[in-house]
Amino acid sequence: MIARIVIVAAAMFAACISARADDRPLKIGWLMSYTGPGAAAGAASDAAIEVFFKTFGKSVAGRKIEIIRRDTTGPAPDVARRLAQELIVGEKVDFLAGMDYTPNTMAVAPLSTSAKVPLLIVNSATSGILAKHPFAVRFGFTTTEMAQQLATYASKQQFKSVYTFVHEYEPGLDAEAMFIREFKAAGGAIAGSVRAPLKATDFSAYIQRIKDANPDAVFVFMAAGELPPIFLRQFKEAGLDPAKIIGIGDITDESSLPAAGDAALGVVTAFHYTQTHESVANSEFARTYKSIAPDRPLNFMPVVAYDVLKAIYQVVEAQKGELNPDRTMELLKQTKFESPRGPISIDPATRDIVQTVYFRKVEKRDGQIVNVEFASTPDVKDPGSAR
Amino acid sequence: MSDITLDLARIMVVNRARWTTIEVAFWIAAAAGYFLFPAKLVLLTQMLIGGLFAMSLDLLLGYGGIASFGHAAFFGLGAYAAGLLAAHGWGEPLSGVLFGGLAAGGLGLAFSSVIAKVRGAAVLMVTLCIGLLLFEAASRMPWLTGGDTGLQGIDMWPLLGLFEFDLFGRTAFWYAYAVAFLLYLAARRYIHSPEGLALKGIRENHDRVPMLGVSTARRKMIAFTISATIAGMAGALLAQTTQIVALETLSFERSVAALIMLTVGGLGTLIGGFIGAATFIWARDVLSALNPVYWMFWLGLILIALMLTARGGLVGALTLLTNYLARERHPR
Repeated sequence: MIARIVIVAAAMFAACISARADDRPLKIGWLMSYTGPGAAAGAASDAAIEVFFKTFGKSVAGRKIEIIRRDTTGPAPDVARRLAQELIVGEKVDFLAGMDYTPNTMAVAPLSTSAKVPLLIVNSATSGILAKHPFAVRFGFTTTEMAQQLATYASKQQFKSVYTFVHEYEPGLDAEAMFIREFKAAGGAIAGSVRAPLKATDFSAYIQRIKDANPDAVFVFMAAGELPPIFLRQFKEAGLDPAKIIGIGDITDESSLPAAGDAALGVVTAFHYTQTHESVANSEFARTYKSIAPDRPLNFMPVVAYDVLKAIYQVVEAQKGELNPDRTMELLKQTKFESPRGPISIDPATRDIVQTVYFRKVEKRDGQIVNVEFASTPDVKDPGSAR
Repeated sequence: MSDITLDLARIMVVNRARWTTIEVAFWIAAAAGYFLFPAKLVLLTQMLIGGLFAMSLDLLLGYGGIASFGHAAFFGLGAYAAGLLAAHGWGEPLSGVLFGGLAAGGLGLAFSSVIAKVRGAAVLMVTLCIGLLLFEAASRMPWLTGGDTGLQGIDMWPLLGLFEFDLFGRTAFWYAYAVAFLLYLAARRYIHSPEGLALKGIRENHDRVPMLGVSTARRKMIAFTISATIAGMAGALLAQTTQIVALETLSFERSVAALIMLTVGGLGTLIGGFIGAATFIWARDVLSALNPVYWMFWLGLILIALMLTARGGLVGALTLLTNYLARERHPR
C-alpha cells in the first residue's frame, strides 16, 4: 500500500513534468462517491474509466486525458460543492463529470454555470435540475420518464388499483407524482401511497400496509444499493407475490440482484440498461469490462459513465483540442451514438437524454438471476416533473 | 485576605491569560495560508469553521468536563437558521450569523437545565438524544429543510455591502477568519474570567465547588449556552460560505468528528480545537485525493498513531517543543 502511494506520488510528479512538456492535459474533474453508501457506484465508474482508456487511448486531439477523481462521500452536497470549487479554481478542469446523488448535483450545478464549466451528469434522476443550469447535460435517466412508461404499462395490463412505494427524496417524490398522475389519467386507481426515508433498513411496516390494501400491483422506486434486496425479500416473506411489483430498474439493478435471489423472480421493471441487452456494442463493452473488473457486476453505472467519457472525447476531437465552453455545449447538444444500452442522443432543447426504455422481467437463466427485456419504447424524453 | 495574596492571585490570573507562542503562530499561519494556498481557500475556510466548532466543544469538555455527543445539533441548527433566513430573502451575512447563534443558543439554554441536573454517562445520553432528535426532525420536515436534498437557494448579499462572495472563496475566507478570531477572543475572555475559573473548578472537583458558594448548576447552564451559541455561529458560517445546508450538518458523524479534532488538537487549550481541525481536515483532503477508495483506513491509522505519541494532543506536543526551545535560548 505504501509502495502504491509512492508510485502514485511519483506518477503525479512525472505527470506534472510531462504535462509541461507535451502541451496542457485535458482535465476532467470526476466527482463520485467512493466511500459511504454509494461506494459501489464509484468503483464501477472507475472500471468504466479503464474501459474507456482501453478503447479510446489516453489522449484526444493531442491532449493527454487526465481524470481527477474526488470522493463526495455519499449524499453530501457541501462536500461535493467544495470539491467542485477546488477542481474549478485549483485544477482548472475543462469538464466536470460524474455525479451520483441529486443533492450533490444540485450543489455543483450553480458552480458549473458561473464558471462556465460543462457538467456531464452520470446518474442524478431528478427531473428539474437542468433547466436553470445551461452548462449541465444529463446522460443517465429521470425517474419521471420511467414512472410515465410504467403507468402506461400498468394500464395496458388492466391493473385496476396500484399502491405506490418510493424512497422519500427528490427522485422518489418525482416518480410517485408522475406515476399517480399518469395512471389516474389512464383510468386507474391508487390504492395508497407510502414513502420510506433513505435511511430506513426495515420495510415490514410499509409492506404490511401494502398487504392490507391488497392492490393489483405495487409501483416501487428505491435508490440502487443494498436496500432493494431487503425490500424484495421482506415482500416475499410477507406472503406477497413478487410478480405484483412494477418498478424502476434500480430495484433489480444487476449489482444487487444476486442478494435478492429468488425473491426478485417475476418483478417487472423499466430501465435504460439491461446487462443481457442484445447488441454488438453491449457485448463488446461487456467483454472489455469483464477483462478489467472480472468480479464486479456490470450494471447501468459503468455504461453511463462510459457514455459520458465518450461524449467528452467526441466534443474535444470535434474542436481539435481548442475548447470553448459555448461551442462545447453546442456540440454536446448534438451528441448521438450507439451506446451499450442502445441508441442515445441529447435533446438540444432540454440537454436531457433521449433513449430507449426497456421493460424487463427478472428470470432465472442458467442458474443466474437476470433481467430479461421483453418490450421497449424508443426515443423516450424526460416528461418534466408532475409536481 | 492580605494585599500580597491578592496581588499574587492577580499575577497568576494574568499569567494564565497570556498569549502563548502557539496561539499567535496559529492565527498568523492561518492568515498566511490565504497567500500560500490560493487554490485551497474553500478548504482553509472549512478548517476555520471546523476549528470554531471544535473550540465550542472544548469550552464544555476541555474546561467544564461536560462531554457532549450531540453537539452537531447546535451546529446544524445554526446552519439551518442562517440558511433559512438567507433562502427567504434576508441574505445579510453578519445578522445571519447572529441569528444562527441565537437560535442555537436558545436551544442550548432550553436543554442546559437538563444538562445541569445530570452527570457522567447521563450527560452523554442526553446530548446524544438532542442530536438524534434534531436530525430526525430535520429529515422529517423536507418542506422546511429540504430533507435529504439539502437546503438550496441560499443567496448571500455582499459582506458589509461591499464584498461579493466570489467563486474563489476569497471573501468567504476572510469573513470566516474574522468571525472565528473574534469568537476566539471572546472565548478566551470567558475562560480567563472568574466565570471560566469556576467552570474549571467544576471539572477538577465537582463536589467541592458548591462549598465555595458557587452554584454548579448555573455555571454549567451558562457554559452550555455559550458553547451552543458558538457552535451555532460556526454552523451559520458554514451555511453562508457553502450556500447549502445538508442534513449531515446535524449528524452524529459531525459530532464525533468535532470530538476527534478536539482530541487530536488538545483538550482544554482553546487553540487545540483549531489546530486539530486544521490537521484533521487537511489529512482527510490529502488522503482522499491520493486514494479516493481506501483513504479512511489511513486516516484511522494516523489518528491512532497521533493519540499514542502526542500526549495532550498536538498542542501538548508543541508546548513541550516551545518550552524546550525557550530553555535553550535562556539557560538558567
